[in-house]
Amino acid sequence: MAVKRALASAVLAAALAATAPGLHAVEHQPAGEDLMTIDGEVGTSGGALVVAARGEPKTLNPLVALDAQSRDVIWRTQADLIHINRETQRTEPALAASWTVSPDGLHYVLRLRRGVRFSDGHVFDADDVVFSFGAYLDERLHSPQRDLLLIGGKPIAVRKIDAGTVAVDLPAPYAAAERIFDSVAMLPRHRLDGAWKDGSLAAAWGIATPPGDVAGLGPFRVERIRPGEDIVLAKNPYYWKQDRARTRLPYLDRVTFLVVPSEEAQVIRLRAGEVDVLNRVSAQHAAALDRDQKASSFVLQDLGPGLEYHFLFFNQNDPAPSSVKPKQAWFGDERFRRAISLAIDRASLVRLAYSGRGTPLWGPVTPGNRLWANAEIARTPPSLDAARKLLAEAGFVRHADGALADRGGTPVAFSILVGAGNAALNGMAAIIQDDLKRLGIGVQIASLDFNAVLARVFESHDYDACLLRLVDGDVDPTPAMNVWLSSGPTHLWHPSQAKPSTPWEAEIDRLMQQQMTTLDGGERKRLYDRVQAVVADKLPLVPLVSPNIVVAAKRGLGNFRPAVLEHYTLWNVEQLFWRTTGRSGR
Amino acid sequence: MTPTIRTAMGVGAVYAIVLGAALLSPYDPATQHRDRPLAPPARVHVVDRDGRVHLRPFVYADDESGPTYPVRFFAHEVDEDGSIGSRRLLAVDPPAHIFLAGTDELGRDQFSRLLYGGRISLGAGVLAGALALTIGLLLGCVAGFFGGWIDAAVMAASDLFMALPWLYLLLAIRAALPLDVSPGRALASVVIVIGIAGWARPARLIRSVVLSARTRDYVTAAAASGASRARLMVAHVLPEAFSVALTQASILVPQYTLAEITLSFFGLGVGEPTPSWGTMINAMLRQELSAAHWWLAAPAAALVVVSLLYHAAADALHQRSQVLPAGAWR
Repeated sequence: MAVKRALASAVLAAALAATAPGLHAVEHQPAGEDLMTIDGEVGTSGGALVVAARGEPKTLNPLVALDAQSRDVIWRTQADLIHINRETQRTEPALAASWTVSPDGLHYVLRLRRGVRFSDGHVFDADDVVFSFGAYLDERLHSPQRDLLLIGGKPIAVRKIDAGTVAVDLPAPYAAAERIFDSVAMLPRHRLDGAWKDGSLAAAWGIATPPGDVAGLGPFRVERIRPGEDIVLAKNPYYWKQDRARTRLPYLDRVTFLVVPSEEAQVIRLRAGEVDVLNRVSAQHAAALDRDQKASSFVLQDLGPGLEYHFLFFNQNDPAPSSVKPKQAWFGDERFRRAISLAIDRASLVRLAYSGRGTPLWGPVTPGNRLWANAEIARTPPSLDAARKLLAEAGFVRHADGALADRGGTPVAFSILVGAGNAALNGMAAIIQDDLKRLGIGVQIASLDFNAVLARVFESHDYDACLLRLVDGDVDPTPAMNVWLSSGPTHLWHPSQAKPSTPWEAEIDRLMQQQMTTLDGGERKRLYDRVQAVVADKLPLVPLVSPNIVVAAKRGLGNFRPAVLEHYTLWNVEQLFWRTTGRSGR
Repeated sequence: MTPTIRTAMGVGAVYAIVLGAALLSPYDPATQHRDRPLAPPARVHVVDRDGRVHLRPFVYADDESGPTYPVRFFAHEVDEDGSIGSRRLLAVDPPAHIFLAGTDELGRDQFSRLLYGGRISLGAGVLAGALALTIGLLLGCVAGFFGGWIDAAVMAASDLFMALPWLYLLLAIRAALPLDVSPGRALASVVIVIGIAGWARPARLIRSVVLSARTRDYVTAAAASGASRARLMVAHVLPEAFSVALTQASILVPQYTLAEITLSFFGLGVGEPTPSWGTMINAMLRQELSAAHWWLAAPAAALVVVSLLYHAAADALHQRSQVLPAGAWR
């Protein structure tokens, strides 16, 4: 019953959201055009926005884009069927105005928004949807989204019912099914079908492609690319959203991504007024910007923890290199891991390594994930006494000189691997080293090139412990399966196990599989809460800190409501507008 | 006082200071004063707020208010938890601190780290220089004295070593070493790597000195009067090579000090918490940090001073020996 109720209400909400603006639209828009009305401050059209970008995009092709720069540009120029609202973290209608789900959760029928046109004026219909999914699922293209469209290894099937309706069949029940439509761009068949047939689709829409040949359904279209300098996007006159006053969005005429490779330089450009928005400011820079914020033309916003978490984990691979093997008796003992966690002063980590712009963590899901974080996880304060007691229980002895040794008399010492480029992680390593010294544990910090760190963690398994960070792709637990499943390739401490090597890993496996197919939201939350509780108890990775997401923007940017899901600042770019008109010259 | 002695005394003073780090530094370089990150340099007063002059210099605890804490000389350091530490030249009672050059991001005393870090960086330079010179002196003498195929082989090897991009070689070798090396072993490996990579230049120079010395009249005379090869080498050729080696040392040591600093800068020298000027300078990479906290530049300033001292020493030595035309030893 609960399943049905949840589904029914979801469908109802979706239908309401879709029909309400539709009714108005019939009266005021050209016949048959079904614009989506969105909430927010009603703004004024015109003006330009300059955003700092770390580099130039490698491609404009949503099928093959991997790097953040490409995706930042692509997602201002493309759109998906069902979208995850970055602010509410829930799904909402986009190009699909409404949809229905069969009771078993396997069959979706999506009704497409009427009268939608690509940025080149061509009409969007069900053929484009079928074409797009066909391309994403094409194995030859190696699209990064392909994996997300497979459920239990089998692809979803997309069929055209009529020009305005498509059916989507799932091979197995999938709780987060609505969310898989997010970030699957609907592509123009009339422009890309030829390239797909002759096998050149993966190479299509490179940055050398004339901008006029690229079309999309997003609020902007590419107007000009100057390699290494900037990318200028112009307003898409056919965009399918309007504000409450029925003004067609976007408000801005132009959005420019200005290539500024280093964060130092980005901060300087912001200060000089040459850049309007910084999508991410590190804790250290935030402290510096904060000092002169009052007198400046920009505002700094600390959004609190995002979906990024920083943690320590121990090498539990089997087999492991002979240099690590003797230490694995310690690493495998959960009392040892708990003692380490108890000894680490997370408040100091936040204050010293993140200039206070972070949130201490005891579980693997950050408080930034409002829908899924387990609020019950104990926030145990650091206690050397409790840590020492646990170590004594586990058979470790403290010598007169203060050094800790195991049962066999071997002194407890290990190295912590950390990527050399990340100042916050290196600062954490030095603090943890000092914390563990109080337990009599000798820690060496091995600061290596980031690729060398990954090679050791995932390939040679030649490391003792490692400080690393992960960013969840979505708030939903399912995309994080590859971390939590014992067979997962990013099950960091012991990846790709044939079968779970501990009972609690087996339990996590079971819980994660179960939550993936359970359609009841409340039950899924209970299952994932349990996963978090097991991780917080067994500590295969010791959660430490979630850095706050800090963004900066010039004052006077209307509807600027940064969110903790990517893209932090431009997720609602169609709504952004300048309160003052002085900027339209740019 | 000749310029040579003056500069030698300057260099010696720097080494004396860093060798005396244990006494001269007010704190252990690894101690994290976690409530005082990025504290500015302490202001040591003799006149208090009320205008009274104190015989003994003093500091205030947090801001420039509250009770005064006199600076004690040759006293035991007292930790915040009340335990008694080792004897220091300067000490103040908690909760006051005497951070002469401020603290870093983790609240570690920058002055103590500067002294201890100098021990590592300058020490590595001297040891690596000694190693490179020893190898260079040995191989240079052998090559110059024996000539023939031995000379050809040594010179070919030195060509090879000089053609190597040594910085990248150092980075590669250091990265290949195991992860969990103790600071002592890390320092030893850095010294050995720098020393071995650097022998070629002094070897070539000494070979040329030996070559020219070998044909001098007094050497020929000694050989004619029946002196053995070993005697010729030790009594006549080596002394000539030695003064050149000394000049070389004054050039190589700062170069190798810089090499250690470079390695540490890239995180490949001695690891945390042992300080090195390289790891300290690395913090300055982050512009937002160094701009607002100028005292983080202390190790860079110290490096400039040391480099200038060595430069002056090399100059003085060169003026003194004039064995070779100017430029030949560079």
